[in-house]
This record gives sequence, structure tokens and C-alpha cells, in this order.
Amino acid sequence: MNALDLKMWRDLWRLRGQAFAIVAVMASGVACFIMFLTTLDSMQLTRELYYRDYRFAEIFAPLKRAPQSLQARIAALNGVARIDTRVIAPATIDIEGFSEPVTGVITSIPDSGEPLLNNLYLRSGRLLDAGRNDEVIISEPFAEAHGFKPGDKLHVIVRGKRKQLRIVGTGSSPEYIHQLRPGGTFPDYKHFGVMWMARTPLSHAYDMEGAFNNIVLTLDEGAKGQDIIDRIDDILDPYGGGGAYFRKDQSSHRFLSQEIDQIENLANIFPIIFLGVAAFLLNVVVTRLVGAQREQIAALKAFGYGNPAVAVHFLKMVLLIVLAAVVLGVLVGAWLGVMLSGIYVELFRLPFLNFELRPQRIIQATTITAIAGLLGTLAAVRIAAKLKPAEAMRPESPAAYRQTLIEALGMKRLFSAPTRMILRHISHKPLKSLLSVLGISFACAILMSGRFQEDTVNYMMDIHYGLSQRDDLYLLFNEATSRKALAELVSLPGVEFGEVFRAVSVRLRHEHHHYRTYIQGFEPRGEIKRLVNTDLQPFELPRAGIVLNEYLGKNILGLKLGDRVTVEVLEGNKPVREVPVVAMVHQHLGVGAYMDRRALNRLLSEGDLISGAYLYIDEAYENEIYQRLKERPRIIGTAVRAHELANFHRTMDDTMLFNAYISAFFASIIAFGVIYNSARITLTERGRELASLRVLGFTRGEISYILLGELAILTLVAIPPGLLLGKGLCAYIAKSMDSDLYRVPLILEPHTYAFAALVVLISAVASGLLVRRRLDRLNLIEVLKTRE
Amino acid sequence: MAASELNISIRPDSSLSVVFQAKGVTKIYQMGEVQVHALRGVDLELREGEFVVLLGASGSGKSTLLNILGGLDVPTSGTVHYRDQDLTTFRDSVLTRYRREHIGFVFQFYNLIPSLTARENVALVTEIAKNPLAPAEALKLVDLGDRLDHFPAQLSGGEQQRVAIARAIAKRPEVLLCDEPTGALDLKTGIVVLEALERVNRELGTTTVVITHNVDIAQMADRVIHLSDGRIVSDETNPDKVPPSELTW
Repeated sequence: MNALDLKMWRDLWRLRGQAFAIVAVMASGVACFIMFLTTLDSMQLTRELYYRDYRFAEIFAPLKRAPQSLQARIAALNGVARIDTRVIAPATIDIEGFSEPVTGVITSIPDSGEPLLNNLYLRSGRLLDAGRNDEVIISEPFAEAHGFKPGDKLHVIVRGKRKQLRIVGTGSSPEYIHQLRPGGTFPDYKHFGVMWMARTPLSHAYDMEGAFNNIVLTLDEGAKGQDIIDRIDDILDPYGGGGAYFRKDQSSHRFLSQEIDQIENLANIFPIIFLGVAAFLLNVVVTRLVGAQREQIAALKAFGYGNPAVAVHFLKMVLLIVLAAVVLGVLVGAWLGVMLSGIYVELFRLPFLNFELRPQRIIQATTITAIAGLLGTLAAVRIAAKLKPAEAMRPESPAAYRQTLIEALGMKRLFSAPTRMILRHISHKPLKSLLSVLGISFACAILMSGRFQEDTVNYMMDIHYGLSQRDDLYLLFNEATSRKALAELVSLPGVEFGEVFRAVSVRLRHEHHHYRTYIQGFEPRGEIKRLVNTDLQPFELPRAGIVLNEYLGKNILGLKLGDRVTVEVLEGNKPVREVPVVAMVHQHLGVGAYMDRRALNRLLSEGDLISGAYLYIDEAYENEIYQRLKERPRIIGTAVRAHELANFHRTMDDTMLFNAYISAFFASIIAFGVIYNSARITLTERGRELASLRVLGFTRGEISYILLGELAILTLVAIPPGLLLGKGLCAYIAKSMDSDLYRVPLILEPHTYAFAALVVLISAVASGLLVRRRLDRLNLIEVLKTRE
Repeated sequence: MAASELNISIRPDSSLSVVFQAKGVTKIYQMGEVQVHALRGVDLELREGEFVVLLGASGSGKSTLLNILGGLDVPTSGTVHYRDQDLTTFRDSVLTRYRREHIGFVFQFYNLIPSLTARENVALVTEIAKNPLAPAEALKLVDLGDRLDHFPAQLSGGEQQRVAIARAIAKRPEVLLCDEPTGALDLKTGIVVLEALERVNRELGTTTVVITHNVDIAQMADRVIHLSDGRIVSDETNPDKVPPSELTW
């Protein structure tokens, strides 16, 4: 090793505390980058492999009922690769010892062997035995929610017929990764079960013998999908076709994709913050180092080292720090990535995880970290390279200070000399002080971002279920029913009050945009179900026209108020109507379209029909009511509000907790890195000053005040803008989470602000104490002898 | 001991009370595996109002002695009394208080606080002293009455050193310890600084110890002590004090 490299290693060793702090901040950025991107890559890869290996269909077409012979006509269409027909039946599930209402959907698979498309991933047990008509495979989350294992039994009620089934396996399929019951807002695995039965017994139970009610298919490469969809719609039209659609509109796929996309947004913002802060810290430390080594640099140049050699000497040190940060960051990031991917696999209900750390991610991380490091230090290294030897032999001229603004305003008398030292030192290098403040502010902001999800979810739940969706129980009939059914429901013991609704499956179309959803028609002045704006004002449904969720209207369909939207009803006579958009309502959850129920009945050219009811019930009669409802074959969907809430919380808890921990951890590193470095730099810059004061009789406490007072001011000044910055960061994250599922409002509870401020203060105190130890070891005698 | 006998025989004015009394002071530094004997049994008495110059080559032990007198360092053996208190028994916090209340320091490189003006550098000390001079008054004593609100960067080396002297004397210390106060200055500014020291000694009666390797400065002292290799080799009164303005080097 040459002497110059030896010097670099020793300098690095001497600066190890600060170098470590910088490495930690930088590594946090790399770790965040790697964590989010490997999670993103792994999720995408896992989804891709799952779709491919389990033959996920590309086009889906629901219909009412068509003879099996129709399959051949569609299969013959040009561009269709594989085709499969199925029977899909809604069911009520009766589980022994569980009184709450459970509904589900049963999809047929071949009597023996695997389905051609949307194959099953078996987690346990086996596929169905040919010739047995009482076997069922149930979805893994549903099995988990009830503790079912192969061999267990359950009862289903399909089209009024009760049937005992034996569970032979548990598993999942690419079609039902995200399982949402009809009309549900969030997955609820306890009350909604996805199941698979053999085609023959299911057709028998659902009166579909020799017929099907669902087609799925894949396309040849280069096939014109839209043409095929149009042809399918034409063919299925006489059979109650509900409109074929692409995979991108398939609900499970759509939700999953939106969730995965969110990860990408997080992957962008956090590494930028960390690497920005790290660049600033490097700048401060290297500038200081070059300043302190002026004479050494001069000597090197006097000996004949060229400017490039001197520059390279300092750059090497920076690159070593970058290298250490990348190695540490990639290791920690990969470890966290495995954990986060595991959490997401659970959350998204993917059956397996293909974790992958792509070499290109490591190269990207290394490149951006090196760029950040070099950008941060270029100015300082230039100073070193350009230093004239003769000039550098002389010590730096004393720093020129001036009075601070507050002193000039006549408040000078308020401050003691030590306090003035603090104020003037802060204002002496305003940019450095500002950037320190900014760094601490970012720490504060990141801390808030880890906590705000919880505040927000609680708020959304309160609004949705407290003001808008206030039913205790929600019932869905298998088909439109006379309004008279309500009287019967309300007459059940324990039912206190009921309200009806009509829901119809439609495709909304505007210009080239379209979206499949339900139009919900309810009572304009409902007590249980009301539309509530985000300003929390109940919103009365106009007598005519359609009200759209703002996200659906503006973002998905590109509509404005007063435009007409094309409503293609996908049920019954399938009328197509132009309806004026009379209002848009800003809601946090779902993407709904709403009409006055009677207006919807008119649009459908039908009588006073309803699809279901919302009920208030007396808790004391809960179980009895559930039991009575199970006996009613026409009720195919039920939801109990409290359960939906609890289940949503459970699915979110792990991710929120992980985010909170990780962000607290990383933010503390930033706060610590900035404050500790700031203190160490101040100590080297002013160590002589402080030691002189000790010689003059100042106590340790008094000189600590001068050093730590500066940190305290920087920290305290940083917190309020940090809280604002945090609000902005949370707003950005909230915005980036917008999806069909929810638009996340920016809700920050006081305890979130307090938490962020507190963690920053604790980090500040900890770094202050570390530096304070060094103050105690100041060499007083050295001070008398040496000039700086 | 020859040196102490000498001390007694030539004591300038034994009616003045003793400020410092050092007995058998040794100081050994452990430098890696080598022991450095900085002081080897020094006996010394300093009296009120004396202007003492400590002469010696680099490494003679003069700075070590000054540091021990000033409460910055403790001897390896021997005792050092300030008045009737044994400095060697003081804890760190008591030494701090001792420096704060009784000792004024002047450093070779001034050690002013660059972020404070001349007046504020002095105020730094007067704010923690019991019965200080007003900062302006202290600065007037060193002829800097018109530079009160200048920052160190706006002052010449000599002016900076005089601010340092003002800062040292503003608390009315009983002892002023100066380590090479003119070491970084040219002749002309050095003389101005020495005049300031002389005036303080004369007007406030502060016991003043000046370390220097500049033999010429010894001419303005009441007493000149020579150190060599950690021992006092001579301790003489100076009957013909020369005013600083007449010094040359």
C-alpha cells in the first residue's frame, strides 16, 4: 500500500464515528431501495409465474345460461387459443358451530383432472375424485379462517338445496387471489368462501345440466382481443351474456395490480431522501477534512503530487464509504425485502413467493449511491485539488463572524456571551445550518409517514361505517325481488328497521373509457345507507340522473358534471341508456355509481324491485336472525358490518406495523446521523475554542451548553418544518395509494406528530450524549501550544 | 539544595505574601514506552505582585510548570500550594473553579472566540466572575477602548493578543499566566503587548508569570527563573528593570 493510501485509511479510521454515521444513512437509502424494489420484483415475478403456470385466462365472459354446444362456436373464433366453460354458482355456507352468515361462490372444475384454464394450486389434500359428487376444494384463506382441513365437512345451500360436502383439498387459483364477495368492500375470508366442485354435481345442484354460465379463454399470440370480445358478446347475447372482458378488468387481477403498483411509488421517494441527506453529510465531513488538512495537502503538493492525485485521494475515501454503504444496504435491504415480500404475499394471498434479488437492482443502487456520494463531495474535493501550496502552508484566516439578525434588532442584551456564540455559529454557515435542519426535518417526516396509515385507515372506517354504511346486516337476494320482501324481513324477531336497495351490474362507458361496476339504487333519504361526501355532509340523491363516485367519474371515465354517461346494463333485457351525471361524490372507499332506486327501476323498465336490504338488528337476537336467514334460499349474500371492519384491520395490521417499525428505525438513523455529524463537526471546528474556555475556568456543563445548545436549537427549529414536511410526504404517499379500493385521505392524529417529534428528540439527546463524552476528554494543555 | 538556598538568599521582597509554593514537583509523562521527565524536583515560591519571566529552551519544562500552577495539570509527585491550599489534592471541578476565580491565562495563539467581538470575548469571562472589571474598562487598560465591537477577524495579531490579555485580567485574577504571549508577534506589536502586561502588573498588582524563550524579555521582569532539563538552574532578581518600550530583539 502506498503512503497516500495509508493516510486515507488512517484518516478514515480517525473519522470512523462520522464515517459510520454516513454509511448508516446511506445504507438506509440503499436498503429502502433494495427492499421496495426486490419486493416489487418478487411480487411481479410471483404473479407472472402463478398466472403462467396455472394458466390464468385472458378473457372472461359471464352469462345466464347457454347450452354446452355453444362452446364449439366460440372456440372456433379466429385467435382463441384455449377455452373452458364453467358453472359458477352462488351459495350459502352452513358451518357447524358458526352461527354468523357465510356466503360463497362455487366454481366448477372438470369431474376429474385439472381445469384447462385457471388451474388450482393445491395447498393440501388432493383434486376431486371422478365419480364422487360430494367433494369440494376450498380456498386456503377460507380454510384458515375456519380451521378446515381435508376430511372436514360443511353444508352448502345452492338454489335452495342443501348439500353436505366433504373437503378434500385446500388451495387457490389465479382467478381468486383477491376474493371479494359481491357488494363487499374488503376481503372477508371468514364470511365469504371460494370453493371448487366437480362440474356434474354442481350443474345438477344449480340446474345447469348440459349448460354453462361462464366462459374463460386465452388468445393466440397477435390475436385481436377486442374483436374476439365483440364476437363473444354477439354470440352470447341471446343467452344472457353479461359482457366479456379482458384480464385487466378482472376484479382479482385489477386489485392485485393496483396494490403492487403502490410499492413502486414507495420505492421512488424514500431512497431519494436518504441519499440526499447522505450527500449533504458527506459534503460537510469532507469539506471539514480538507479544511483541517490544508497544510498536509500543501506539503503533498510541495513534494510533487499533482492536483489529480490529491483529488483522487479524497474521492477514494468517498467511494470507500459508498462501497461500505452499498454492501451493508444491499444485505439489510435484501433481508427486509424477504420480510416485506412475505408480508405482501400474505396480504395479497399469493400461494407462494418467488423471491428474487436482481443483479441489476444492485447495480442501480450502487450507481445512484455513488452519484449521490460524488455530487455531495465534488465541491470539497475541488477545493483540495485547486489549493495553491504556498497559500495552504499558511493557516486559514480566522472565520469572519457578524451579529445575527435578532441581535441587530436590539435583542442582544437578552443573550449571554455563550448564547451569542451559539447564535452566531449557526448563522455563520447558514446553508450548512439550513441543510442540517432539513435533514432532521426529513427524519421527522419519515417518522410520520410510518404512522399515518393507521390514523387514515381508522378514519376511513369511521366515516364509511359510521356515517355512510350504517347497517348491522346486509342481505343480497339471488335475483331482483318485489319490495314486499322487506316487510317479511322486518317482521323477523329482532329486526328493528330495514331499508331496501337495488343493485345492477353495468358497464359504464364514456368515449373510450369503460368500467364494470354496479349501480346502487337506494332510498333518497335513507336512514341506514346514505351517501356522504368527504366533507362529511350527507348527500341527498337527486330524483333522476346518476351520481358517480368522483374517482370513477373523473379518473376512470374522464367525465365532468353534466356529461352523459352510457349505461350498458349487463343483466335482464340489457338496456343501454344515456344518463346525465348529476353529481359526483368524493368518497374514500370503492368506486360506486348511485341512483334513486325508483329512477333505477325506471331505467331498467321494471317495477318496484329490490336486490337486497340493509337492516338494523337487536344484538340479542343475532344468532336467531342468522339462523332464519340461512333457511331462505334466495338470500345469497350477507355481511355483518362489525366483521368486515375487523377483517380489514387484520389484513392491514401486519403491513402497517412493519411500515411503522421500519420507518421509525430508518428515520432514527437519519436523525442520529445528521445530529451526531453536526455535533462532531462542531466539536472539531470549535474544540480549541471550547478547550480555551475550559482553561479560562468554564465548567464542563458550561461548554456543553455552547456545543449542545447549537444542536438543541437546530433540532427544535427542525421539528415544526419537519412536521409540515411529514404532512406533505404523507399526502404524497396517500395520493400514490389511490386505487379502485380506496382513495386515502390525509389524516394525521396529534399522537403521530408527537411520536415523530419525540423520536427526533430522543435521537438528538442520544447523539448529544455521545459527543458530550468527547468534550470531557478535551486536551486543555494542547490548546495552549497549538494553533489551529 | 542549592537552588532553594539561592531562592531564599535572593528573595526580592520577603515581606510580600507567598502566592505559590511548589515543593519537589516532578512530572513524568508516559509517551508510549518511553518515560519523559518533564520536571525533576522543582522547588519554587512566587509572591504577590511579582513579574516573573520563566526562561528555558524548548522541552525545558517551563510550560509543564505553568500548566501545573494554572491547574491544568497535576504533578506526578511533590506539592503545589496556592495560598494555603494544596492544588494536588483538588478534584477536576475544584480545579475548574480555581482557574475561574484566581487565574488569568494568555496563550501564544490568543485563542479568542471568532464568533464574539472584543468586548464579548471579555464578557465571556466577566459573566462568570465574582467581581470583574467592566469589559470596556479592561479593554481600555490594554489600549483597545476604540476597538470594542470588532470581531477577531477584524483585528491585527497584536490587537488580538491584547484582547486576550484584557479577557485574562478582567476578572481581577490574582495570577496572570502567559505562555509565549509574543511568540506569534513581530517586535513592534510584541512590545505593545508587553507594555499592556506591564501596566496590568503595575496598576492591578497581579502576580504575572511570562514564559518565553526570548532572553531579551527577561530585562523587564522583577525576577528571572531559568529552567533546563526539568530543573531550575537559576533564579535571579533583576535590579535594573527596563521598560518594555526599550526592549529589542
